[in-house]
Amino acid sequence: MIKKITTPLTSQVARSLRAGDQVLISGTIYTGRDAAHRRLVEMLDRQEPLPFDVTDAIIYYVGPTPTPPGAVFGSGGPTTSGRMDAYAPRLLALGLRGMIGKGYRSSQVVEAMKANDGVYFGAIGGAGAVIGASVKKCEIIAFEDLGPEAIRRLEVEDFPAVVVIDHEGNNLYEQGRQAYLDSLAK
Amino acid sequence: MREINVNLITQTIASLCRSTCTDLPQDVYDRLKEARAAEKGGMAQKTLDILIENADISKQKKIPICQDTGMACIWLKVGQEVHFVGGDLNEAIQQGVRQGYEEGYLRKSIVYDPVFDRVNTQDNTPAMITYEIVPGDKIEITLAPKGFGSENMSQIRMLKPSDGVEGIKSFVLNVVESAGANACPPMVIGVGIGGNFDKVALLAKQAMMAPIEAHHPDKRYADLEDELLERINQLGIGPAGFGGGTTALALHIETAPTHIAGMPVAVAICCHVSRHEKVIL
Repeated sequence: MIKKITTPLTSQVARSLRAGDQVLISGTIYTGRDAAHRRLVEMLDRQEPLPFDVTDAIIYYVGPTPTPPGAVFGSGGPTTSGRMDAYAPRLLALGLRGMIGKGYRSSQVVEAMKANDGVYFGAIGGAGAVIGASVKKCEIIAFEDLGPEAIRRLEVEDFPAVVVIDHEGNNLYEQGRQAYLDSLAK
Repeated sequence: MREINVNLITQTIASLCRSTCTDLPQDVYDRLKEARAAEKGGMAQKTLDILIENADISKQKKIPICQDTGMACIWLKVGQEVHFVGGDLNEAIQQGVRQGYEEGYLRKSIVYDPVFDRVNTQDNTPAMITYEIVPGDKIEITLAPKGFGSENMSQIRMLKPSDGVEGIKSFVLNVVESAGANACPPMVIGVGIGGNFDKVALLAKQAMMAPIEAHHPDKRYADLEDELLERINQLGIGPAGFGGGTTALALHIETAPTHIAGMPVAVAICCHVSRHEKVIL
């Protein structure tokens, strides 16, 4: 079964999601990757307000291709999440609820997710054309000088993702692999 | 002697940048379909379905397959009878990349300084260029836009001769297992063995771009390719890391003579978007 979820992603909805759930996300999400995360954390260090409210928000780790004329968005699949591990716990502590990316997370991130009802969604790496089609509106809201790394506010409809790590720390990467290995042993 | 105007190089490179980012090589596409048919179901099949659909849409609508349109890696085999005219060859190549990435609405992902400033060069230059001089009066250009999700997972190890073939196997399996979901599996893997520290990385990259069905001409290495691919696909990582029997689509080995004291091994990891195209001028 595929679960439809709408942003903002409340703690209540986050707690209902389990590793392995397929979801379609609709509503507002924000893009942010390496350089943008570094700047967000530097702003927090200087006690400046962030360019968007992270409470119950979802950040998508992506640097899209430039939007061609007549299109809303270019190609935009997930980037490797582990590079944001150094910054994610600070944002989770402020109320960030969801992260969309691909690949493994550190134990510090998982602990911060468990403490703050966070959810880590996986999107399919290298499926940039398919995923990009779910973006209906795109606007740069901060750090325009960073080009592909600028923070964008996206309006998405049925953005396809899978819960990889849930708020209890259950992990699809471990479970999916084990299930396959068990199927071989039978 | 044959004169070639460097403008032709610029135009060729620009066109390759655009086509490689939207058209998945047919052999990679076919292997994705075979892998889809071989999976038992669930997330693995569904993920491969999406990757196949994605490749179809990209080709049809000329939308980049992946948003990481990579660092432009270019290999030039230049016939020694060729004389370049009309300008600086290096600059002509960079101009081709500049043009191709701009015209193709491809992402510019290169920063000037690796450590301190990390400011984007805004035009995806410089490209990484490798030249080779060969007999004849032709030029062979291979362009591979290399994404860094998988590039970051590649490794080199200077093994000892006494580590033997078992040492190579355990190193390769280790690299692939730690790459896992980060490298956007199913991966395409190139293994370089021999040469020296820098040569072995080049061998691995060449192996990574070999046709999917190709095998090493020496049966011992060809068997090693088959064994490694089989063992990698038994790791269970699967498409997107969600579990399954397709962790890699192909594994190729390139070898070269080496020093009496050494056995360098490099493992170049590419994601399933194994983009590369070759033209001969």
